[in-house]
Amino acid sequence: MPKDGGIGASTKRREDVRFLTGKGRYTDDINIRGQAYAWFIRSDVAHGKINSIDSSAAEAMPGVVKVFTAADFAGVGGIPCGWQVTDRFGKVMQEPKHPVLADGKVRHVGDPIAVVVAETLEQARDAAEAVEIDITELPAVVNMKAALLPDSPKVHEELTSNLCYDWGFVEENKAAVDEAFEKAAHVTTLELVNNRLVANPMEPRVAVGDFESHSGQHTLYTTSQNPHVIRLLMGAFVLGIPEHKLRVVAPDVGGGFGSKIYHYAEEAFVTFAAKALNRPVKWTSSRSEAFLSDAQGRDHVTKIQLALDADNNFTALRTDTYANMGAYLSTFAPSIPTWLHGTLMAGNYRTPLIYVNVKAVFTNTIPVDAYRGAGRPEATFQLERLVDKAARELGVSPIELRRQNFIKPDQFPYQTPVAVVYDTGNYHATLDRVLEISNYAGFEARAAESKARGKLRGFGLAHYIEACGIAPSNLVGQLGARAGLYESASVRVNATGSITVFTGSHSHGQGHETSFAQVVAEMIGIDAGQIDIVHGDTSNTPMGMGTYGSRSLAVGGSAIVKATNKIINKAKKIAAHLLEASEGDIELKDGKFTVAGTDKSVDWVGVTLAAYVPHNYPLESMEPGLEETAFYDPSNFTYPSGGYACEVEVCPETGKVTICAFSAADDFGNIVNPMIVEGQVQGGLAQGIGQALMENCAYDENGQLLSGSFMDYAMPRADDFPMFTVDHSCNTPCTHNPLGVKGCGEAGAIGSPPAVVNAVIDALHRAGRTDIAHIDMPLTPSRVWSAMNA
Amino acid sequence: MAKVSMTVNGKAVSGEVEGRTLLSTFLREGLGLTGTHIGCDTSQCGACTVHVDGKQVKSCAMFAAEADGAEVRTIEGMANADGSLSVIQQAFQDHHGLQCGFCTPGMVMAAASLLADNPKPTEAEVRHHLEGNMCRCTGYHNIVKAVLAASGQDAGQIAAE
Ligand code: FES
Ligand code: FES
Repeated sequence: MPKDGGIGASTKRREDVRFLTGKGRYTDDINIRGQAYAWFIRSDVAHGKINSIDSSAAEAMPGVVKVFTAADFAGVGGIPCGWQVTDRFGKVMQEPKHPVLADGKVRHVGDPIAVVVAETLEQARDAAEAVEIDITELPAVVNMKAALLPDSPKVHEELTSNLCYDWGFVEENKAAVDEAFEKAAHVTTLELVNNRLVANPMEPRVAVGDFESHSGQHTLYTTSQNPHVIRLLMGAFVLGIPEHKLRVVAPDVGGGFGSKIYHYAEEAFVTFAAKALNRPVKWTSSRSEAFLSDAQGRDHVTKIQLALDADNNFTALRTDTYANMGAYLSTFAPSIPTWLHGTLMAGNYRTPLIYVNVKAVFTNTIPVDAYRGAGRPEATFQLERLVDKAARELGVSPIELRRQNFIKPDQFPYQTPVAVVYDTGNYHATLDRVLEISNYAGFEARAAESKARGKLRGFGLAHYIEACGIAPSNLVGQLGARAGLYESASVRVNATGSITVFTGSHSHGQGHETSFAQVVAEMIGIDAGQIDIVHGDTSNTPMGMGTYGSRSLAVGGSAIVKATNKIINKAKKIAAHLLEASEGDIELKDGKFTVAGTDKSVDWVGVTLAAYVPHNYPLESMEPGLEETAFYDPSNFTYPSGGYACEVEVCPETGKVTICAFSAADDFGNIVNPMIVEGQVQGGLAQGIGQALMENCAYDENGQLLSGSFMDYAMPRADDFPMFTVDHSCNTPCTHNPLGVKGCGEAGAIGSPPAVVNAVIDALHRAGRTDIAHIDMPLTPSRVWSAMNA
Repeated sequence: MAKVSMTVNGKAVSGEVEGRTLLSTFLREGLGLTGTHIGCDTSQCGACTVHVDGKQVKSCAMFAAEADGAEVRTIEGMANADGSLSVIQQAFQDHHGLQCGFCTPGMVMAAASLLADNPKPTEAEVRHHLEGNMCRCTGYHNIVKAVLAASGQDAGQIAAE
């Protein structure tokens, strides 16, 4: 039994107390004396030429401080993109300008045109009505394939076409893959859509800019998953503010799921305006505005094919994907359909030859970037739907076809044909485990019981692999990343033994204040209550990369381990001095330093006090104090995997799908706080099931957003789900980070959509509808009903 | 501008509001009670849930002026008198019923209202009651568990089923 507060314990979260009593401090809770309020005027057409903006009437209205337009940003850089992809012909991607405020043209509904700043929010909103904007609407392009036709309207006239890049991976394998398809005994083909989603963290984005004219110091309070990244991008590329004059603070953040990674125009705006007006400026997004301005997720259209030999072994895989970038390149958009998608196409399988083609396309829609899973859900959905379809075509069990083609437990580390090397895993174990916890053996009886009630029951399986904690920095640099992907930590031991840990990771719901403290408590052997975690403020934390891609424990936790080890090494030296022993003989256990084989000891506080009151201290050979910083750059990704089983009932009259049970058996390596890990999986499952059954971000052919509020974008609610069965007993620890941990934040959202769709197809096939090979997500009652009545 | 007076968490308060000022805005901006959150502009998410005269209300769907003279309770008024967590709040912590915490005040207020009317709800009743409160983080699993536990039922047993 792990000790409460140590590694492996389901320690209750300390941050909960403030959240449960209304004492959380989110960005919108911050008001600075004298602040003005910003109201963004956004385009209501998807594509148009701005002829004129007349703000004179608005500027004369009560309380209005100033109306900003693109003209005010003439000397300012555009919103940068953080990843440059090189295409299959060796050419770098087409990268359009992305002005802070629309300059001459609007390119998507919601594109910001002007901003009214006023004394009160109501005054700003009222005055916005009086700003006269004359726009000539231009033909919009929404469909990706249409956007690539030679006569398509161009989203950016300075580019040669709407094609951002045409990426091939691994390009050298293309001919061999095609040849394997010619020789195949069977080829399964599937065309599918990965529906566009809106992340919708419950806290909308907020930005507050502050400026101190006497020192030139800027402060930005923002709802961000990575304040240092915002400081770097905004400071260096947009506004030209050096880091020491720019502080970015992300206080409590109410969820992100990727949408709060990116640097957004509103952040640059309030920072810029605070200086221009010499007063604080605040912007709070409404939910409607979030639908128009937060980067969206997914939106891939794919044709994928699997080649099998006569014994049903996978021999080759090829896939053609169109990936929607929207109207501009959001911060990490180009990397999602490429390096976070193509590299995952081996899945859990031994497929020896793989070729991935991705065409990234500009359209007159809101930009698309990472959303929980980012590229990996798209890869997993294709593969796991395809394998299921192949099994049905061949008349074999989808379970057995998977098992037969899985990478075997003794084949790790496993070099895939798509560049990555999986360090550990045991897919046979997670598959067996999910069949056990889902009581697959009892399925036929449950199906019969459903049938008696007039319902169609189906069982769907999916097995996923994901790559978390993207790294190492030198490799991702070669792949086009314009940032490093390490993480940082400073461990400050105070004189009386308490510890403050400053981390470059940033929690937006993951519970770092609790789990990171557990790691340090375990290493030193003191109570977790003695340890505080500080994050989210560039003024007091070391340069870090923040939280996304299931990286925080694997990368940020490793940095903390590294810094804590430096602390322990120094503390041992101090203890050796105090105990008049040699350093090599000092052992640290339960917060006590002992000379091995003796009862001579000094406790933790004895050492920390000596470090800061160095009366009896080897000053000639060691500095006083006990504070260390470490940066950790991982040598590889971590590769969590798992088997997911979904059981559904389909109503044959209405097409309504009900989730009866959902079971997840994940391999996350070692686990620091099982309670938190289970919570991450449950939340991910809800988002993945949401994608599969109800969520859909839709545009009409003119680029109007049809799903612009919670009235028409279906968010999962409490009564859409059963209790989930979540298991993490099959663990193969990661071999290249000190904690042996793998990422767990995105798994649920990656593995669940294909499990749900496979279950629905299974239900239909069992009912004799073997003609229905696929239904595109979301599987709403009308789509399922239409498929059944086609 | 008009003057409104009400009792919030047992304290008499008053302030000047416009006719269009929402109760949620008055609580947050007028009284500094920022525990009540705003998650939408279509009265769908429930993050702003408070109690008005003992009834669960979405405070973004009510004008401050309509609450004149009312008895209002917000998340800031839910802890025990000694500051310790109330049974419902404690159950949320014990069962990891929150992650980012943004939906949490609304969830706690909704749960308190459910349990006041229905002290031993079934899982289905809990889910149905929370239908107007969105959470993007937890998948609701642990929220439902927490509410059942707060009602004195064995949440572990229910979750294991
Ligand atoms: S803020 Fe009131 S329901 Fe969303
Ligand atoms: S805990 Fe984040 S929205 Fe519910």
